Amino acid sequence: MKGKILIYLMAVSMAFAGLFFSPAMAEKLEIKGSTTVLPVAQQAVEKFMDAYPDVQISISGGGSGNGIKAIIDGTTDIAMASRFIKQEEVARAVENGTYPVPFAIALDCIVPVVHPSNPVKDLSLAQLKNIYQGKIKNWSEVGGEDRRIVVVSRDTSSGTYEVWEEKVLEGGRVFPGAMLQASNGAVVQAVSNNKNAVGYIGLSYINKDVKPTTVNGVEASLDTAAAFPVSRSLFMFTRGWPQGVTLKFMNYMQHPDKGQKIVADVGYVPMY
Amino acid sequence: MKRQKKEGLIRSFFFIIAFMSIAVLLLILFFLVKAGVPIFEKVSVGEFVFGTYWYPTASPPDFGILPLILASVFVTLCSAVLAVPLGVMTAIYLAEIASPRLKEIAKPAVELLASLPSVVIGFFGMVVVAPFLQETFDLATGLNLFNASLMLAFMSVPTICTISEDAISSVPRELKEASLALGANRIESIFRVIVPASISGISTGVILGMARAIGETMVVLMVAGGAAMIPGSLFDPVRPMPASIAAEMAEAPFQSAHYHALFAIGMILFVFNLLFNSIADYISHKHRQVGAATL
Repeated sequence: MKGKILIYLMAVSMAFAGLFFSPAMAEKLEIKGSTTVLPVAQQAVEKFMDAYPDVQISISGGGSGNGIKAIIDGTTDIAMASRFIKQEEVARAVENGTYPVPFAIALDCIVPVVHPSNPVKDLSLAQLKNIYQGKIKNWSEVGGEDRRIVVVSRDTSSGTYEVWEEKVLEGGRVFPGAMLQASNGAVVQAVSNNKNAVGYIGLSYINKDVKPTTVNGVEASLDTAAAFPVSRSLFMFTRGWPQGVTLKFMNYMQHPDKGQKIVADVGYVPMY
Repeated sequence: MKRQKKEGLIRSFFFIIAFMSIAVLLLILFFLVKAGVPIFEKVSVGEFVFGTYWYPTASPPDFGILPLILASVFVTLCSAVLAVPLGVMTAIYLAEIASPRLKEIAKPAVELLASLPSVVIGFFGMVVVAPFLQETFDLATGLNLFNASLMLAFMSVPTICTISEDAISSVPRELKEASLALGANRIESIFRVIVPASISGISTGVILGMARAIGETMVVLMVAGGAAMIPGSLFDPVRPMPASIAAEMAEAPFQSAHYHALFAIGMILFVFNLLFNSIADYISHKHRQVGAATL
């Protein structure tokens, strides 16, 4: 919640700053979409505007679905997404006379987390699948204490959930007793307050309040991301092949010393 | 002539103002229905309302919202069980028993509770109440039906209390005086005369309080736990309708079945609220206390 409010405040203050300080002929750029990609884009935008003072960029969150919807409707130049575009969305964009072009900008691991007091260190993919399908109900079945497992998951429409469903559940469903949380931050909050809980979050959201477990013996970190079993790419979509200032920004984003360095700073894995 | 013209102008001005808010309501309703109805090409109304599995993004998806409806109903009923005695008793105390000076302080304080943003109440429930419940009752999780009901009760107490207090205060003095003159003591007069005389106002307050609880989004999103299952106990996590809409709308692909289903949930929620408001309206008109006979 806090994050969202901050983002709105930033968007508003940026809009005002833009109003007062930009020269009259400023070029404009709109970025919208996934809150997972937002922290990267936020910093990239700040640095980019330092480098090109006559470009005016407004950026806002709202979720992958909303970002891609804005690309379809033509209300944004760049959409951030934590999942790949769906076939039906491409079809609708083409109907509206535009073709969304994907750019992978970072790699992210989705890491199972437990309460810091939980002795469990490793969970295999099979164990995770059974936990999330309600077949394993007690921590003692996976080498922990004799406590009920409280399963925390993301909303079924979040990009993070979709990756989890594909990689861990192999297309199966999370059982109805799982507590669905609306954001990475809410999962951290729920797991850090509950000794029985297990959840999953993006790599950059790990902090001292929760304990990440290894999966199939692989630890999640910037260096091991490629070998980690549950990973995904983060995307930016443009309307057609980028041109003008959009192209400039995408180049900046993918530059190993500029955008990709920010990616690493925020805690994701750079692509280049 | 001039004066008539002026009057006509004023009349049409107010007509347009009044019509505007109705037009806004109708437009919202129109778009709600327009965005919600397409889901019923995919699933029947019966399957939608009585289906027990909510997996909107699976393939093939399931659009059964019975767990969500029951979650909303249970949360609202439990919060009413907690809030009604609290709200009504407070109202009786403030209107009949408290000294005027105390009332001057206490009534605005209760009303201040209504001005707490729901996100603050949700945060309180999440950070303070949830760990407390979990420790005290040794529960699997503190984010559950009971916690949500408790937080919603906090939110509906001011509504119930304020409206009930107004109703009780407006009971004609003569009724109370007559009761006391006939030898009834204070408690007897309150429960046998004053409360029955103001029952329509109290009921209106209770129902409006419940309407507030069923439509409340932020609190249930934060503290209800979010599991889309039919609760088996008071301490199971649940996922009421508004929480589902708020959590999923941002990521639902535009014009997809999921998107339409969320709007259809909005329609159901609208029906619930309409029902509550109609009942409140009916009661407040039907059982109105009409005057008192005096010499």
